[in-house]
Amino acid sequence: MSAPRRERRKADPARRDPERLYVITGDPDGERAALDLVTMVVSQAEPSPTVQPEQAAILRLCRAPLSVAEISAYLSLPFSVVTSLLTELLASEQIESRAPVVRATLPDRSLLEAVMHGLQKL
Amino acid sequence: MDFRSSDTITGPRSEDVLPTTATAAVKVVIVGGFGVGKTTLVGSVSEIRPLTTEETMTQAGVGVDDNAGVESKTSTTVAMDFGRISLSEELILYLFGTPGQERFWFLWNGLFEGALGAVVLIDTRRLEVSFDVIGRLEERGVPFVVAVNTFPDAPHHPVQALRTALDLPDEVPMIDCDARQRVSSRDVLLTLMQYLHSLAVPLA
Repeated sequence: MSAPRRERRKADPARRDPERLYVITGDPDGERAALDLVTMVVSQAEPSPTVQPEQAAILRLCRAPLSVAEISAYLSLPFSVVTSLLTELLASEQIESRAPVVRATLPDRSLLEAVMHGLQKL
Repeated sequence: MDFRSSDTITGPRSEDVLPTTATAAVKVVIVGGFGVGKTTLVGSVSEIRPLTTEETMTQAGVGVDDNAGVESKTSTTVAMDFGRISLSEELILYLFGTPGQERFWFLWNGLFEGALGAVVLIDTRRLEVSFDVIGRLEERGVPFVVAVNTFPDAPHHPVQALRTALDLPDEVPMIDCDARQRVSSRDVLLTLMQYLHSLAVPLA
């Protein structure tokens, strides 16, 4: 079964309509960049006047590195909506993302030692 | 869903802004039943006030209703609290507290994939809520430790009795903690890292 699709509109912050989720994510079934909750995002540009308000907010928030989870929290937007917004910003090179260090098949002892060292300082 | 004007978005407090060198993030998931103290644990070690991220899950109502001819979807919002610890100028640890009910957390694609490991937080008054969680982690091959949050009125069980009740393999560490205490929560995370370290294959 396929969800009804809507034409993309310009986001209007004054609207309080549940359908806005579709407005701001564009195509809900569209391709998304592989972003983790802890992928770090950094802006590469200041928001231009034409960018969506949500994306402008992301560009402002990410002047310093911020995880996708934090962006979602500060914007009060669900994770999937944020990844969709970030996908567009990545495609237009307005942000840069850094993938998390993940648990590999053979975990890296030096990484774990760095984590332990940091925890011991708490 | 109501998006606030971007002028009113409150970002991190100035003291919570990460340095530009913060390029490497790792994550650990804290799993446990409702009210077991996940958010307390996250909050006691986090350098930021715990934040909440959410996801809207849409599922077809399979096997729930007789909906022949009617396409039906149910939507659930799942919220997770999380915190952050800057381990160094480069390395950041994120802690996610997620509800123990399997129907919630398996929907979070990628939550466990790539996590260094998990902490199963248990309350000895309601041990059974953790059975399913532990089974799921084993199935997914996510290494975990068990932390017993010590509530004042909870019955104290000998470690061996708890291990037996949980059917924990001998090598899986189990420790007592007081999730309200920063040092105690920190020690839970250290126990997890030491366990992961013991599982790691030394570099040739």
